[in-house]
Amino acid sequence: MTPIPHETTHASRTAGISALLKTAFINALIALVLFSLMVGIRTEAGSDGQLTYWTRFGDLASLVAAVFGGSILIELLRQWIGSTGTEKLVPPAVKSGMSFVGRYLAPALLIFTLLVPVIFYNQRYILDLAILVLTYVMLGWGLNVVVGLAGLLDLGYVAFYAVGAYSYALLATNFGWSFWVCLPLAGILAAFWGVLLGFPVLRLRGDYLAIVTLAFGEIIRLVIINWQELTGGPNGVSSIPRPSFFGIPLDNSDSGLAARLGIEYSPTHRIVFLFYLILALALLTNWVTIRLRRLPIGRAWEALREDEVACRALGINTTTTKLTAFATGAMFGGFAGAFFATRQGFISPESFTFQESALVLAIVVLGGMGSQLGVALAALAMIGGFELFRSLETYRMLVFGMAMVLIMIWRPRGLIGHRAPTVYLTKAQAISSDLVKEGHG
Amino acid sequence: MSRDEILSVDRLTMRFGGIVAVQDLSFAAERKKITALIGPNGAGKTTVFNCITGFYKPSDGTIRLAHDDGKVIALERLNDFRIAKQAKVARTFQNIRLFPGMTALENLMVAQHNALMRASGFTLLGLIGAPGYRDAEKRAIGLATDWLRRVNLLDRADDAAGNFAYGDQRRLEIARAMCTEPALLCLDEPAAGLNARESAALSELLLSIRNELGTSILLIEHDMSVVMEISDHIVVMDHGVKIAEGSPREVRDDPKVIAAYLGTDEEEAVAVMEGGS
Ligand SMILES: Nc1ncnc2c1ncn2[C@@H]1O[C@H](COP(=O)(O)OP(=O)(O)O)[C@@H](O)[C@H]1O
Ligand SMILES: [Mg+2]
Repeated sequence: MTPIPHETTHASRTAGISALLKTAFINALIALVLFSLMVGIRTEAGSDGQLTYWTRFGDLASLVAAVFGGSILIELLRQWIGSTGTEKLVPPAVKSGMSFVGRYLAPALLIFTLLVPVIFYNQRYILDLAILVLTYVMLGWGLNVVVGLAGLLDLGYVAFYAVGAYSYALLATNFGWSFWVCLPLAGILAAFWGVLLGFPVLRLRGDYLAIVTLAFGEIIRLVIINWQELTGGPNGVSSIPRPSFFGIPLDNSDSGLAARLGIEYSPTHRIVFLFYLILALALLTNWVTIRLRRLPIGRAWEALREDEVACRALGINTTTTKLTAFATGAMFGGFAGAFFATRQGFISPESFTFQESALVLAIVVLGGMGSQLGVALAALAMIGGFELFRSLETYRMLVFGMAMVLIMIWRPRGLIGHRAPTVYLTKAQAISSDLVKEGHG
Repeated sequence: MSRDEILSVDRLTMRFGGIVAVQDLSFAAERKKITALIGPNGAGKTTVFNCITGFYKPSDGTIRLAHDDGKVIALERLNDFRIAKQAKVARTFQNIRLFPGMTALENLMVAQHNALMRASGFTLLGLIGAPGYRDAEKRAIGLATDWLRRVNLLDRADDAAGNFAYGDQRRLEIARAMCTEPALLCLDEPAAGLNARESAALSELLLSIRNELGTSILLIEHDMSVVMEISDHIVVMDHGVKIAEGSPREVRDDPKVIAAYLGTDEEEAVAVMEGGS
């Protein structure tokens, strides 16, 4: 990564060239230091196990040159697009047009989503992708409570996803309990773990909190791998029951839903059912979060993100406030996990790596912390975009990373950066993201 | 402690490693009165506040708070948020600590957190939209509106607190503290950074809080025109110890006080002497 200075003023835009070259030079220097060991010298074990190495200064030179050129390019792009300053440059007509789109974007998106199974009924691939996107929308909304509202940086969110998935898988395979009984249990268990993990990390802030939650995510995964008798270890849990339509199975049997309705059976029925199931779960998450934000607990979460010391001076128990944020986020993660298990029919620890946590966190940050619509858009862009670049194979991470960097330069506070007040006397005015704190843990 | 004392600090000592910030400090604040704590910079005033409001655990000594109903609470044994919640001590900060990304109204709603939490059945009743909670929220908005009017910020209720001018932020922070409906209000340099007109308005506000609501006030202040005008009792600190106390007149004429201020900062000494004359 190239370090990018944060503020661009109008003065520095014209001051340009020398500052530009200086930044690029510093970045290239950092790249040189980093890459000389990583790329410049290649070591390998020789045939007898001895160390062999050779140098690759050509590659190193081209990499450093790329960083130098890239820095100049990014800086130019940044000055051209502008970062936070853009809002003042946008003409009022465009602005009102944007707020018009903004007002109707969410309902339009919802209606479109409801119609997806109708429009794409015969395109299994799109339906599967839509289910995946909705799963991440739900995870994003869940994590948004912890990171976006309460400002607690949680890098181990996948742990609760895993707890939810394994809760459903184990309860269903061992006791034969139905999905609808297990779903709330999975949520409750995940919330319970949220509180349990929350306790020791409460005193930590910022980077420390991030590191410890990251470790917890890994611990849960390692426990799952090693507790073979219960979880099946690395082999995972298989033949997890598929969800039923409130007791009526969605299969090709005589008692299946298709037979009962007297229509021809198609495997798509189940996909469509899963689609609406995750949509309902995601919307529930959204609804609860929006309501919680307007309740004292939600306001306390946001106040905690803004200033913890002031919260304590006002008599707010910051411990329980943080714990409820952890538990609420974890509960939604647990629901999503149960859904994941029933959809896949098979789960193993491999599905719950740090990469998942990072992806969900990226969705929240990209969406604009705290914004429900932003998170949904970001999930669509991230998961959809990831599929879009599938043909690029190994390069897609690279393309994707670059796209992320560009977006964060363009909108450093996420796609939707402003905050809507939870209560108002005369008129609700959006609050600029410059004022809203990001929390420090 | 006597019946008309709300706060009694006894032999309070606060050490930070080798530094003794407050040493053997004893004083009392009377009920429904304004008590000022003054002294040169670094005298230990903010440290005393932090001990009273639970942000620091005193190294030694006791801090007693007596409610109107006679209940006495040992503040040095309570945790920070319980001091605001149960002992009903509210405070403001020397460096303003508002919630900048929330509106003025939201800031005052957060201050009523505990009352609203109870009304919302610890969230469950609120989540299903129970009418009892909706009434409570309306009352809370009413109280907040009331305070916004008192501090002359009603027309800015829906603006982000971070956008407010300095003086407005100071007043909003006082309003927020008052929304917790405290028995004792602790203000750390509320007039710092205010112009003369704003200082006068602040004096008026504090007097109205004392006279109309009967809230006891403990005040740290450098602006001597404010201190001398509104205080009922003044405690003077220097280097962590109490060097004088009494009525504004007694303190103003005390040679030890004048010496303390002269020793550190001539301007402040002049301010002390000119303040009430
Ligand atoms: N947390 C702390 N750690 C170490 N020293 C402190 C701390 N808080 C205050 N002090 C010291 O205590 C003394 C009194 O500070 P303070 O109470 O802020 O003074 P005042 O508010 O009267 O200007 C100062 O010397 C300060 O350095
Ligand atoms: Mg101070």
